[in-house]
Amino acid sequence: MDSALIPKGVKRCPIGQFAVFIAVVGAVLLWGVVAMLLCYIKGLNQTNMNNAYGFALWIWADLAVIALGGGAFFTGLLRYIIGKDELKNIINYAVLIGFVCYSSALLILAIDVGQPLRAWFIFWHANVHSMLTEVAFCLTCYFGVLAIEYVPLVLENRQIDKVPFFHNLGHNMHGIMAVFAATGAFLSFFHQGSLGGVTGVLFGRPFGYRTGLLIWPWTFFLYTWSAAAVGPCFTIFITRITEMVTRKKLVKDNVIDLLAKIAGWMLLTYIVAKIIDTWYWAAVTAPSMGLTLMDFYSNNPGSAYGIWILIAEVVICGVLPALMLVSAGVRRSPALLFLAVTLAVIGACLNRWVMVLQTQAVPVLNFEGWFTYFPSWQEVATTILPVAYGIIMIALSYRYLPIFPQEQELNPIEGGK
Amino acid sequence: MDQPTNKRFGMVIDLDKCTGCGACMVACMAENNVPFREDDTDKLLSIAWMRVYRLKNGKSFPQAEECFLPRPCQHCEGHHGHSPCVSVCPATATDYDMQTGIVSQVPTRCFGCRYCMAACPYHVRQFNWWDPIWPDGMERSLNPDVSVRMRGIVEKCSFCYHRYQRALDEAYAEGRRDLKEHEYQTACTQACPAGAITFGDLNNPAHTVHKLAQPDTAHEGKSRNPKAFRLLERLGTNTKVYYLSSREWVRRAGDSALRKS
Repeated sequence: MDSALIPKGVKRCPIGQFAVFIAVVGAVLLWGVVAMLLCYIKGLNQTNMNNAYGFALWIWADLAVIALGGGAFFTGLLRYIIGKDELKNIINYAVLIGFVCYSSALLILAIDVGQPLRAWFIFWHANVHSMLTEVAFCLTCYFGVLAIEYVPLVLENRQIDKVPFFHNLGHNMHGIMAVFAATGAFLSFFHQGSLGGVTGVLFGRPFGYRTGLLIWPWTFFLYTWSAAAVGPCFTIFITRITEMVTRKKLVKDNVIDLLAKIAGWMLLTYIVAKIIDTWYWAAVTAPSMGLTLMDFYSNNPGSAYGIWILIAEVVICGVLPALMLVSAGVRRSPALLFLAVTLAVIGACLNRWVMVLQTQAVPVLNFEGWFTYFPSWQEVATTILPVAYGIIMIALSYRYLPIFPQEQELNPIEGGK
Repeated sequence: MDQPTNKRFGMVIDLDKCTGCGACMVACMAENNVPFREDDTDKLLSIAWMRVYRLKNGKSFPQAEECFLPRPCQHCEGHHGHSPCVSVCPATATDYDMQTGIVSQVPTRCFGCRYCMAACPYHVRQFNWWDPIWPDGMERSLNPDVSVRMRGIVEKCSFCYHRYQRALDEAYAEGRRDLKEHEYQTACTQACPAGAITFGDLNNPAHTVHKLAQPDTAHEGKSRNPKAFRLLERLGTNTKVYYLSSREWVRRAGDSALRKS
């Protein structure tokens, strides 16, 4: 029924099967939309946030998806600026994943603010000293860049490409993509960094606070570095999942291997910097504020924030995947490679989790205790909403656009054109 | 007429005098149209610009002691007005006034991102999770000098700034450019039956707060009074609310370094 829209030389599942898949994911999306409307209509009392937990699941989700979406800017940088030509075979997917991640972050932010109709105040009455202002400006601009990077891909749809104007537009946009890749890398450096600065500048919150360079806390640089390291891991992670779902090989091993190798070295250097940062914070910064390392990791309900969380983040989901990814042997094994990128992705999510949630949970006043929080179903549903949206975006793009340039070669259709 | 020099309005709360009666909280709520709900038992969801904490020394009878600690906004000055919350607000909805030392909050500017709440270690910033609903007839008793806030925004203690504006208006009408100490007092100060709260200009040596707090301007306002302390002084928040106590364990309770002691 929709065969005229499907790229030439590739095989897709029957439209009925595809429709059922979209309907199932669409139901989850609808659940999220209901929760979103409840938040808009009834207000943020629909959440389990409170006056001690002003930042919670949504801010974590924002920080996490933006870190994971970092694959778009970093792969673009490697492909267009540094000249790693093999990566042209995965750049489309990296851009699509980045587009999904960033649009999701904007959607969650739009739900998260108490007065969404005033959200434009962040631009109109901007406080240039606020990290959140920097995030808002760079994130919005970069989302525009991602949209520009995604458009040529849409224009490659078989039917759209038949229109001469769109064909030429797409062709010319490809020609100047290096400019957008450079712009994207520049903007990403600042918004990834300023997301790190969000908690890094909070000198009233010793768990999150970091000293730094000039106006930027060390977390500014750590977040950018970790996004560059983990973003490509997430691209590989999603590519592998897509291959499992479609039961096809979509990207050649040498491409994945190159991206994984670069991500591995980025992750290794990041985790060394992270360990130094953690040591300096524990040995110098926190004691200067009257606290010791274990004050942040003990006596909390259920040991939800025990020292295990630091070990899990830095060692199990940091050092371990970094060492795995720099090893050629591990990269050659699909299972081990998948394990390594999964751990790296979990590590970044865990880092964002503690920086947002634990910063709020740790008591600062001597006569207060730990604060606990568990998200409401409305928060969970609105956080799953972008996941469902992302799956639908990827499914539609995969079905109708030539996302994977090597798919045809890797999956020749018998007797096909 | 000479322009008055910059002021640093601040507060001294004598914890030896505070009985924990809560009159300061009630006065504050009435003065500032602070919203409340029928069931306001969850204190993490309710709003109180002034909140009284109950501190215990952790010992058993007969050494057991208690202390009540009223906590308004600390109006942090940080380094040169770089208070924790003001610098982070993306929409400039809060401001540090260098002429008064008061940290303001602009309800109509705030769009509810709650970054300031995450920044404040004292939890003085609270969110309007619901729209205010006043009991029948209570709208008529609301203070016309203080705007009522809507759902989805942050609010906090303003040191009754509207009273400062009103006092200034009256002084200007009389041809004066400066206020006498008693002309600008916060609602909580006036309501305290024990006289535990003192309010005034920390920069003015004639004011009682200055005499009690004895701020050392060379060391970011650190008190020279051995009985005085500020909450979380080590964090560099440089607050303008000083507490007095003759009991050492109470003074230590304000210091983040002494968590285990």
